[in-house]
Amino acid sequence: MISVKNLHKSFGDLQVLRGINYQVDKGQKIVIVGPSGSGKSTFLRCLNLLEVPTEGEVWFEDIQVNGKKTDINKVRRNMGMVFQHFNLFNNLTIMDNITLAPTSLKLQTKEEAKENALALLRRVNLEEKADSYPAQLSGGQKQRIAIVRSLAMNPKVMLFDEPTSALDPEMVGEVLDVMKELAESGMTMIVVTHEMGFAREVASKVLFMDEGQILEENTPDLFFTVPKNPRLQDFLSKVL
Amino acid sequence: MHSLTLLATRSIGERFYDAFIKADRWKLYLEGLGVTIQITIFAALLGVIIGMVLAFMKLSRRKNGKHSIFSLIATAYVDIIRGTPSVLQLMIMYFVILTSVNSGVLVAIISFGINSGAYVCEIIRAGILAVDSGQMEAGRSLGLSQATTMRKIIIPQAIKNVLPPLGNEFIVLMKETAIVGYVALADITRVAQQIGSRTFDYFPPLIIAAAVYFVIIKILSVLLGVLERRLRKSDLR
Repeated sequence: MISVKNLHKSFGDLQVLRGINYQVDKGQKIVIVGPSGSGKSTFLRCLNLLEVPTEGEVWFEDIQVNGKKTDINKVRRNMGMVFQHFNLFNNLTIMDNITLAPTSLKLQTKEEAKENALALLRRVNLEEKADSYPAQLSGGQKQRIAIVRSLAMNPKVMLFDEPTSALDPEMVGEVLDVMKELAESGMTMIVVTHEMGFAREVASKVLFMDEGQILEENTPDLFFTVPKNPRLQDFLSKVL
Repeated sequence: MHSLTLLATRSIGERFYDAFIKADRWKLYLEGLGVTIQITIFAALLGVIIGMVLAFMKLSRRKNGKHSIFSLIATAYVDIIRGTPSVLQLMIMYFVILTSVNSGVLVAIISFGINSGAYVCEIIRAGILAVDSGQMEAGRSLGLSQATTMRKIIIPQAIKNVLPPLGNEFIVLMKETAIVGYVALADITRVAQQIGSRTFDYFPPLIIAAAVYFVIIKILSVLLGVLERRLRKSDLR
């Protein structure tokens, strides 16, 4: 579904990604872990071209995402993204946050979008917040709304960029629960996170990134019990 | 000497009477105020239009992230306008460039509009840049175009940011129109000065003119405050 070939990204002289090759199949849940500054977020952001790769190719189905003639807006409709800092639209109510993209892209009528949004809000138990503004919500609520906002576009894949890192500890659970439910529903997911419990429980594959490369890839069982790469062993000894 | 002895023998009430009531002089202030307000309102409108265009020019980038040609033009415009006194700009407009325009008020509107546009440009640019970049990323990640995200997300939030400094700019603009006396326009400041020279007593007319500016700007400040509070609706917790 997504394939990445020889992906490089530099910011000026700083090489953040140094040749990444990877393939994600439909329905897989890929969890990426690694120390900060290892390029995890940049890798994720290259997938929907929020960062433009300096070299290499990113393919989504049969479209080259970073191709010169690709209409990136069309590709992004199919790739939901959830950010560390939620990035809800501060000037819009929760309902409008969710319906803005589907209606302004003319994918759904206003009524359809509203109905759809209410159903999604019910799914995350936030129906009563439809007319609130983001500033009135807690971090956990904001992040659940952000997930719902992406889902309203009916994406084929969801990208999560450290979705729980900016949350108070007691709110992490409610967001992870939504993500687990989403995983069970069969969504293809790529998740950058520090939540090892989530990785163990949900991931089909766990990747370890350091210094812009994927150093290890394995099923969660083997990844956590018999790590091969010494840097992964070191990393796990610190976080577990 | 003559006028000083005269002044010493007259009460403050009589002096204000001479400056305001006598010979229907209040009508002159009113006409002067009309000129001031006309220039201020139309120059502010022109300034906002020019400022918006310049701000978007200045923010435009080429595909590789470098400044576009539009950006460089806008930067040069702002540099030139901010780097020269507005009274000189007005005189250059009046005596050199727009000599064929008969209406002095129109020349003043154009000159102040061009001047204010440079400042408004910087205000709007700062207001847009102050919106968290995550807002644009979120919009783009949903498949919205840059233009749509700008229109529906960034600009509504930027308006809240720019309102206080924009109000400030209007207030500065209104007071700055007092220099139109340099090109023989009778705004309220010029009128006050003329009345002073007629009555040989500058104190009352200048105070009257100052009070008029103060009252109008106070009203404007209150209105801006109301508008600002209304726009902050979505920030309430």
